Amino acid sequence: MRVKIDTRFLIGLISAFLLSVASFVHADDYPTKPVSYVIPFGPGGESDITARHQQPYFKKLYGQDLVISYKPGGGGAVGWAQLNKMKGDGYNIMGINLPHIIIQPNQKDVGFKTEDITGVFMFHYTPDAIVVNNDSEFQTLAEMVAYAKENPGKLTFSGSGKGTANHLAQLRFDKMAGIKTTYVAFKGTGKAVAALLGDQVRAEWGYTSVGAQHAENVRMLAVAMEERHPKFPDVPTFKELGYDLVSGAYRGIAVPQSTPEPIRRQLSEMIGEINADPEFRARMENDGMALLDVDYDGYTEFIEKMSAIYLEAAREANIIQ
Amino acid sequence: MPGFEYLVAALTLWHIFLALSGVIAGTVIGSLPGLTATMAVAVLVPITFSMAPSSALILMGAIYTGAIYGGAYAAILLNTPGTPSAIATTFDGFPMARRGEGDLAISIACLASVTGGFVGAAFLLMLSPPLAKVALAFGPVEYFWLAVFGLTLISALSEGNLLKGLMGACFGLLLASVGIAEISADVRFTFGSQVLLGGIETVSALIGLYCIPVLIDLVATPDKHLKVTHQPRGFRFFEALAISWKAKLSLLRSSVIGTLVGILPGAGGSIAGLVAYSEARRTSSRREHFGKGEPEGILATESANNATVGGGFIPTLVLGIPGTPPDAVILGALLIQGVRTGPSLFTEGGSIVYTFIYGLFIATALMLPVGLVIGRYAYRTIITVPKAVLVPTVAFMTMIGTYAIRNSVSDIIIMIVLGVIGWILNRFGFSPSPIVLGLILGRIAEQGFVQAWTIGAATGELWKMFFGRPISLAIIVFILFSLSYPLLRARWSRRAGRT
Repeated sequence: MRVKIDTRFLIGLISAFLLSVASFVHADDYPTKPVSYVIPFGPGGESDITARHQQPYFKKLYGQDLVISYKPGGGGAVGWAQLNKMKGDGYNIMGINLPHIIIQPNQKDVGFKTEDITGVFMFHYTPDAIVVNNDSEFQTLAEMVAYAKENPGKLTFSGSGKGTANHLAQLRFDKMAGIKTTYVAFKGTGKAVAALLGDQVRAEWGYTSVGAQHAENVRMLAVAMEERHPKFPDVPTFKELGYDLVSGAYRGIAVPQSTPEPIRRQLSEMIGEINADPEFRARMENDGMALLDVDYDGYTEFIEKMSAIYLEAAREANIIQ
Repeated sequence: MPGFEYLVAALTLWHIFLALSGVIAGTVIGSLPGLTATMAVAVLVPITFSMAPSSALILMGAIYTGAIYGGAYAAILLNTPGTPSAIATTFDGFPMARRGEGDLAISIACLASVTGGFVGAAFLLMLSPPLAKVALAFGPVEYFWLAVFGLTLISALSEGNLLKGLMGACFGLLLASVGIAEISADVRFTFGSQVLLGGIETVSALIGLYCIPVLIDLVATPDKHLKVTHQPRGFRFFEALAISWKAKLSLLRSSVIGTLVGILPGAGGSIAGLVAYSEARRTSSRREHFGKGEPEGILATESANNATVGGGFIPTLVLGIPGTPPDAVILGALLIQGVRTGPSLFTEGGSIVYTFIYGLFIATALMLPVGLVIGRYAYRTIITVPKAVLVPTVAFMTMIGTYAIRNSVSDIIIMIVLGVIGWILNRFGFSPSPIVLGLILGRIAEQGFVQAWTIGAATGELWKMFFGRPISLAIIVFILFSLSYPLLRARWSRRAGRT
């Protein structure tokens, strides 16, 4: 008898709970408090700046604060290894970066696998670009390639880190153009730019954002985008010049694995809405970024596509075994 | 001198209010070990969105400069440099505090910080665009030699204990290579543990190696933490002023060294403080008192590290390349405001930059009263609080501070382990500074070496790369001088003794 009552009571409790969850995940009730947005890098980098761009629009659209904090270490790995240990209630989200989350787990045991990461939205990428000083002898990409063909290995490029977007772009481009160049890794884009401006290297594998920020001192020979960047209508894409190179540092947002499906979807929609805001788009593009709309449904396919490209380039360069 | 009208623009009530609250907040945050200037600035970024760019800059600059000064409190009173910039402050600051002169040490640090801040800001105001070129002239190989130079200073600083100093530095170099290498992405010395993947964080190592041994000794011995000979005697401001005036040349030289090192992105306040300290010691007539509580030592370090604030803004504003980690955060905030940095910011965007620079002067001036008052309060607290309260409070703060740097529990474990190692090594006569300098300089040296080697090998000019560049050669001469100086000095004094 008692058992029966308890069962009924339990069923009632569960359905009440489910109802509350259901109402909880429906639009109006989420978010009801500030959302913590962890950046697995230090403050001041591009991951931080783009998150800061999202911050005011999140508040404007959803009435809650997006609170940014930092968990740097191991090129982001320290943060991502802890992502799934965080509470999956929709109030903990983390920035994710490509190619990092693809290359790192394939290089060594970093405490997470690419497929452990539940991405809900990839919102932009900073396209790779070849950057030279204003007074560089290279006026076009063709001139640079011709020089590299005559002087194998002599052309030096600075770039941010190894196994990064810059480095993989250099590897892929060298293969496409049939040239051999030297890549010099620096700690972060700032130092790579300093090396270029100081003529320590001949060119930089940088980003369109470098072209935007240092417009007074540098020019870009080509950008790795599908179409020309609206801010730089005069700079050709690699595609136009005959190299099928579209790449960059891709950024998105992930949630802990325990986050319920409806919240994942809702977050995906929310980030998408911020991405659709014309003012937000204008600000991002003015900084040299390119917007991207890969939502929760498209995430897995996108990662698979990019993994194939990145892993092949990394394997050929012996970055991974 | 550019724009008197900008001084007027900077002198509004709103800007003075921002500068004052920035300096107060910065000093308090900086005085807590683990809470760094970078973090103080990062927390404030969202508040600055709604401000005009120059007001935002004044607030962030004030916090930054206050936090660098605040780092001196923990260095003097607890032997714990709150930031790497304050490492050399412990050399003389803590001995002074031990013998009951902590109040004087803090007033001296305040005067030195204000002086250094003014000199740095003056360079920023008048010579920014030409000095930014210095930052660019420093390539990978120059950073490599600069870091080696820093390492040779260890030998000069651990006179009589050279072997132990070098052993400590080697231990530091080993610690520097733990984790995922910054530029080659190799994994080293992690022993399969994910705790060590992120490497040894410099500030948590600082807290562990300096603060934990002090805490252990406090518990292990019945003595008071700091000797109190008599009641605190006010600010001891005029005493401090007299000492500073006597060492004015050293003070000025340290400030210039600080500014110049600050201009180099990637060198940092630790090198600035160290170079200024050893230079002051070398030239001082009271050199044998250095390291035993000599006010001139504090003057040198504290003026140099606050001068890096102005120096660091030079590449940040002229080139868009952050001079220091807090500058990176400030640069990010400016980008979000839509301000483009670059040479033209000084011409077309003059109103933003020059209003800010004058704001920095105001903040630095306000640091004098603010620093003296907060410093006196900090000193009083440390000497009056009973040991039974002081030890757990400081222990708690070290943990919170360590955690806050990267929001990481593993850093706390690393900090405690290093603390125990540091305490044991202390017993055998090893001091923590060579270890920490090895940790900081090892990374700079490694990166510079790998980059210089890669470029040199590619262009086929490896020898020329390392030994054929004028700035490198100058630094190499300094290195040789610094290495042979103790020997030369010994020979000179022997010869002098004979005749």
